[in-house]
Amino acid sequence: MRDAFVRSLFELAGEDPTVFFLTADLGVFIFDDFKTAYPGRYINLGIAEANMIGVSAGLAASGKMPYAYSIAPFITSRCLDQIRVDICYHRSNVKLVGVGAGFVYGSLGATHHAIEDIAVMRALPGMTVIAPADPLEAEKATRAIHDLDGPAYLRLGRNNDPVVYGSEPGFKIGKANIVRSGKDAAIIATGTAVYSALQAADMLDRDGIDVRVIDMHTVKPVDMEAILQAEEEAGALITVEEHNILGGLGSAVAEVLSEHTGVKKPFRRLGLKDTFCTSVGTPEYIREQYGLDPKNIARTIQDILADGSR
Amino acid sequence: MKDLRKHLEERALTLRRHTIRMIGKAQSGHPGGSLSAADIMAVLYFHKLNIDPKKPDWPDRDRFVLSKGHACPVLYAALAESGFFPVDELLTLRTLGGRLEGHPDMRKLPGIEISAGSLGQGLAVANGMALAARLDGRKARIYVLMGDGECQEGEVWEASMFGAHHKLDNVVGIIDYNNLQIDGFVSDILEIQPLKEKWESFGWHTMEIDGHDVMAIVEAFDAVESIKGRPSMIIAKTTKCKGVSFMENKAEYHGKAPSGDELEKAMEELSCIEMIEPDNKEGC
Ligand SMILES: Cc1ncc(C[n+]2csc(CCOP(=O)(O)OP(=O)(O)O)c2C)c(N)n1
Ligand SMILES: [Mg+2]
Repeated sequence: MRDAFVRSLFELAGEDPTVFFLTADLGVFIFDDFKTAYPGRYINLGIAEANMIGVSAGLAASGKMPYAYSIAPFITSRCLDQIRVDICYHRSNVKLVGVGAGFVYGSLGATHHAIEDIAVMRALPGMTVIAPADPLEAEKATRAIHDLDGPAYLRLGRNNDPVVYGSEPGFKIGKANIVRSGKDAAIIATGTAVYSALQAADMLDRDGIDVRVIDMHTVKPVDMEAILQAEEEAGALITVEEHNILGGLGSAVAEVLSEHTGVKKPFRRLGLKDTFCTSVGTPEYIREQYGLDPKNIARTIQDILADGSR
Repeated sequence: MKDLRKHLEERALTLRRHTIRMIGKAQSGHPGGSLSAADIMAVLYFHKLNIDPKKPDWPDRDRFVLSKGHACPVLYAALAESGFFPVDELLTLRTLGGRLEGHPDMRKLPGIEISAGSLGQGLAVANGMALAARLDGRKARIYVLMGDGECQEGEVWEASMFGAHHKLDNVVGIIDYNNLQIDGFVSDILEIQPLKEKWESFGWHTMEIDGHDVMAIVEAFDAVESIKGRPSMIIAKTTKCKGVSFMENKAEYHGKAPSGDELEKAMEELSCIEMIEPDNKEGC
């Protein structure tokens, strides 16, 4: 997804002279084309994230559109007050881009895992929160936030992300994509968890269980219609996210269900159970450790369908 | 020159009168850092800034960023006196439904360049504005007013490095060095000295001036205009609550309104022509 982002941003910068790229020492040479082509619009601010947010707000206040980029925790919680004030309160047209969704940086340890970023960004008034499922979707999202007037947080994987979409997906902010149809149960997932959800659905298919998979790429504003429709039509509902169980996609879905239908169908949320990932390793390994692998997703669905209780 | 001094001193006194009346009426607000900055604000708004109240969004305008947002009463007074909104509105400070909040909101009031209230952030924002102005080939200058206590924030020093590295000679910082923060003297809480040496070693052209001498302020702003290739920082030595003798240099008046006899005495000292009755209702 990172390369997809780099590519799309390069294109956008060619089309729109207000597009800026800012990073706090995480360009890691992959933005060199951008830097060469648009030297005045590439700024490495050094390891100083708070200042990066302030400078972005100043640029935005002067009619520019900065994309401020770092590893996800460092572009979200590290400079939260600056985001809250300089970006959200001012309604600055700044796009925050975090790489390393969930535990994509698995082996780097908990400081580099992004497991609260969705919750924290979602709580900020006026912030749009998007977590694409794969590179093609990341490209679409990079463009979509450019067309959005206001702050957005784009949560990207890194590279070697799984491919969910064989061809360019449709993409509209706030409108979920149904990537697999089915009625026995529905999985609502976001970001890199969408692929695991699809694999789980394939496993269940072999047992004759027919599962819908919803790619909720926009966690805020969340697609209420898709959630309510899934609850109406499917036998059970689960959410999957590579994020803490508190405040993320599962919470957003629970909020919609509890207010609109009172949660009529069996419903479970999968995510980190209010814990840091203390086991360090590949994303696949961490998924297994914390029950976010396809097998456990499938097992959870089998359990709730068998149990039937809410 | 004599006339300019007289003119600006009168404007500063007007700003001080408004400040005390607004805060006295609302019975809440921050008099300390507003009064210490009144002379600086008078020079900026009535002499230096290239702004047009009829076109608050004019792209070539100079920008003023109030980083220490709590000092907004004096900013509101300067904006009203400059014609951005009616002077009568000043007495609506901190009232329900009003536009003059306890910290400035750029979405509500014309002339506010950036909302503030969380300390330490203004210089970084000013840097962004300065960068944009330079890239767009505009002559606009960006002025940013900070507190001395505010210099304890780490982001100020991130921004300081950035400004020097990018040679933002269209940025002029002013530190209202009134020696006090909320809980007492800056030197007792967390010393920021040697401050001039700090800014210099961070690559800034740095000056120290008397922040209550309007002509010294005028000369400093003029002098830094010829500095090229690096930003400038003006450390203005001031007295917190300047102009009201019994409030001067006292930490307790950082964020407390004078009330009762005190308020009357303060207005007398500033020879306010129109006295005001404080609102009984709680400010918001
Ligand atoms: C980030 C942040 N921390 C704390 C405060 C609370 N606060 C408001 S004013 C102030 C003291 C400011 O002192 P100084 O910068 O010297 O300003 P002045 O003396 O001019 O009022 C503090 C701590 C704040 N507004 N923002
Ligand atoms: Mg002070």
